[in-house]
Amino acid sequence: MNINVSRRGFLKASAAGTTALLVGINAKGVLAAGSTAAAATDLNPFVKIDADGTVTVIIKHFEMGQGTTTGLTTLVAEELDANWDTVVPEFAPADVERYKNLFFGAQGTGGSTSIANSFMQYREAGAAARDLLMRAAAQSWGVDASTITVENGMLSSGGKSGHFGEFVAIAATLSPVEKPAVKTPDQFKLIGSDKLHRKDNTGKTNGTAMFAMDVNLPGMIYAAIIRSPKFGGTVVSFDDSAAKDVGGFIAAQVLPNKAGVVAFGKNTWAAFQARDALSVEWDFSAAETRSTDAMIADHVALLDAPQFDANHEVPLASVAPILEGAAKTIDAQFTFPFLAHAPLEPENCTIEPVGDGVRVHDGCQFPTLTRPMVAATLGIDPSKVEIRTLYAGGSFGRRANAASDYNVEAAMAFAVSGRKVPVKLVWSREDDIKGGYYRPMSAHRAKIGLDADGKIVGWDHRLATKSIAKGGPFEMMVQNGVDPTSVEGVAESLYTLPNMGIGLSDFTTPVPINWWRSVGHTHTGFVMESLMDMVATETGQDPIEMRLAMLDPAGANQARMIEAIKLVREISGWQKGDKRGFAAHFSFNTCVAVVADVTVEDTTVHVNKLFMAVECGVAINPDVIRAQMEGGAGYALSAIFRNEVTLTDGEVDQYNFPDYELLRNPEMPEIEVAIVSSNNAPTGVGEPGVPPTGPAVANAIFAQTGKRILDLPMTKAGFDFV
Amino acid sequence: MQYQLKINGETRTVDAEPGTPLLWVLRDELQLTGTKFGCGVAYCGACTVHVDGYPTRSCQTFVEDAVDSEITTIEGATDKVAQAVQEAWREKDVVQCGWCQSGQIMSAIGLLTENPRPTDEDIKDYMNGNACRCVTYVRINQAIKLASQKLEA
Repeated sequence: MNINVSRRGFLKASAAGTTALLVGINAKGVLAAGSTAAAATDLNPFVKIDADGTVTVIIKHFEMGQGTTTGLTTLVAEELDANWDTVVPEFAPADVERYKNLFFGAQGTGGSTSIANSFMQYREAGAAARDLLMRAAAQSWGVDASTITVENGMLSSGGKSGHFGEFVAIAATLSPVEKPAVKTPDQFKLIGSDKLHRKDNTGKTNGTAMFAMDVNLPGMIYAAIIRSPKFGGTVVSFDDSAAKDVGGFIAAQVLPNKAGVVAFGKNTWAAFQARDALSVEWDFSAAETRSTDAMIADHVALLDAPQFDANHEVPLASVAPILEGAAKTIDAQFTFPFLAHAPLEPENCTIEPVGDGVRVHDGCQFPTLTRPMVAATLGIDPSKVEIRTLYAGGSFGRRANAASDYNVEAAMAFAVSGRKVPVKLVWSREDDIKGGYYRPMSAHRAKIGLDADGKIVGWDHRLATKSIAKGGPFEMMVQNGVDPTSVEGVAESLYTLPNMGIGLSDFTTPVPINWWRSVGHTHTGFVMESLMDMVATETGQDPIEMRLAMLDPAGANQARMIEAIKLVREISGWQKGDKRGFAAHFSFNTCVAVVADVTVEDTTVHVNKLFMAVECGVAINPDVIRAQMEGGAGYALSAIFRNEVTLTDGEVDQYNFPDYELLRNPEMPEIEVAIVSSNNAPTGVGEPGVPPTGPAVANAIFAQTGKRILDLPMTKAGFDFV
Repeated sequence: MQYQLKINGETRTVDAEPGTPLLWVLRDELQLTGTKFGCGVAYCGACTVHVDGYPTRSCQTFVEDAVDSEITTIEGATDKVAQAVQEAWREKDVVQCGWCQSGQIMSAIGLLTENPRPTDEDIKDYMNGNACRCVTYVRINQAIKLASQKLEA
């Protein structure tokens, strides 16, 4: 199935038929209904019901594979008692007033929030639509609304029945109730069902699903950009004489911000070839020129003098005297490399001239950033920028960044092209691997004090990493100098950890960095769960029993985590003295516990099986949750096994998949996912599978070999993987 | 240069520079965008099409080398094996982002055409060249097994 996208197209399609019922929220944020016949309404809907009974659910989030189109559709269809087969999703236009992420106050997808923030909003829209249809049918049939039942897209009363579409004209004239009643969990038919299939699985298996890179517009030209080989370099001059020999080459121009030179071609291949033929002189005076070893050393040096206290209740300085008095201490230092997101659809964006504005064709993760950034680049009002959201071929965070980097590049290319024809900017895989916006490097150092009984009495935790939030539109997240995305996972650990001080230092580099699936938890989860394993080993405790004892069941999230840990213990058949690895981590309000079964022969590691248990509140689409756990685990494996982006004199050493190897089919372990049965509000699933997987495997390797993995990727410890 | 290509049972005439990868001819000139660009160096398999029935990386196949061949893309994958594979993919809800899946499916069709009853090891070996960044491998392998059963039935 294809998803239509623009509001314009959406309204036009409806107008061609008869009246359709729209239910959503108005500019005041209040539930409202209307009809497509009165298109002047200020309503942007969540639900549209056509005269033929088709139910369209407007998806305010983008789809990068995480299953949101299926999830939001499920919420509406459940409350509406719709026929699942006739419900179709459609992406929303850029409109922050109606389509904002309720957790962000901005229209955007991230932080595993799509279902969590939409849960009541989409259900209420569905419930309101159902109520309107019932009242319309009552009016039409001259019966009391209470006599009407709704099932599978049909309304019935006594001997009368009809499908939704028959009542939309009347329903569109009624006002929705202010607070529609939603179902109780025991009434759910679709939520929690294992029988629903993904709404995007037809288009994505027959080649018809439209991704941004699939856009072909009349007169469109193609663009590729050569960027500075060292981050932060600028163009001094360029020579395109060799590019002129490339068939299909159109022209080359310096980008207005001097960050690169764009080559235009008649097709993607011509643009790539011409770009590769450009010769550019760069100014590296403000560029990163260090190599990775020096950057790691600089991170480690920052650990000696933390800049900020991330735990205000326990200043770091207060921990040292406690550790002095400890019977024993555990000391460890960890380092983590830059990582590329490497979505399989490389970054791309098409800018199309439309009247006195533009249409942006993008797998757009954060319209609230992209829209003003493109507008500012082009010197036009944001209202003149329409965003057409298409499927994104993965993101893992890459497509949402404060700079809207590739959208702005496309806008700059469009600007210098003369703004007359559509311009499609395409990144090659080399552009993606070398192009920055990485998971930041980081270093951690911990000193944990134990008393004579092996109880933790104090914890000095220091970390250094480049802040993601500082210096951009996310700066407001920073509190007292601490970027929460740098310390999350350490700072709000669910364990009872007395006298834990946390010191943070910001690393600085021109290398652009960004959130990468599970953000700070990518490194903090690994460190915390490795350290917990070290404490268990040092004190001779079972790693699971020890953690359970350190979780206070009076805490709501601690209680959820206890459930997840007990479930994974059960499905894995964990025994005391088990030679497998265990880890558990709380992120994005979700608890995930993992047992990793690993075989190590000499230095060759094979992950045989992963057991995962997740507590993510009520499971909307259990199979999507399982898929996200499988994918999150696999995403973590290639990172901890072997992925790293390294620099030599400021230039990226890797170029493409041969030296930034994704996990391959035969490397994926068997995996068993169990979901804790829960009626809590739903929480994230896209990211939380990542953080505990790495340390579970590392702890298993320790259990087998006695070798502790401290520097990632694991190839640095001499391991290879099959 | 003009080239005549036999694609999905039709003869199509395209204007392209010699040395242009078949991938970009399909995507940019013929609007057959179901075939995807992932790496450009034959290392991810997203661009897999069938050339004379064999799964082939279109990013490393020059247009001039494809003129005498029968080319099948995901849009033209409609035979019995293809149908079984696509149905199995939907039943197992394999896809996530979907960008690699045309290539995965074209490889899976190749596998089942050559070997209708592959073992787990056969599947892993054959599918090793198709990378999935969302890591849907568990389901890909289950779907291939299911498609194999469907074809046997």
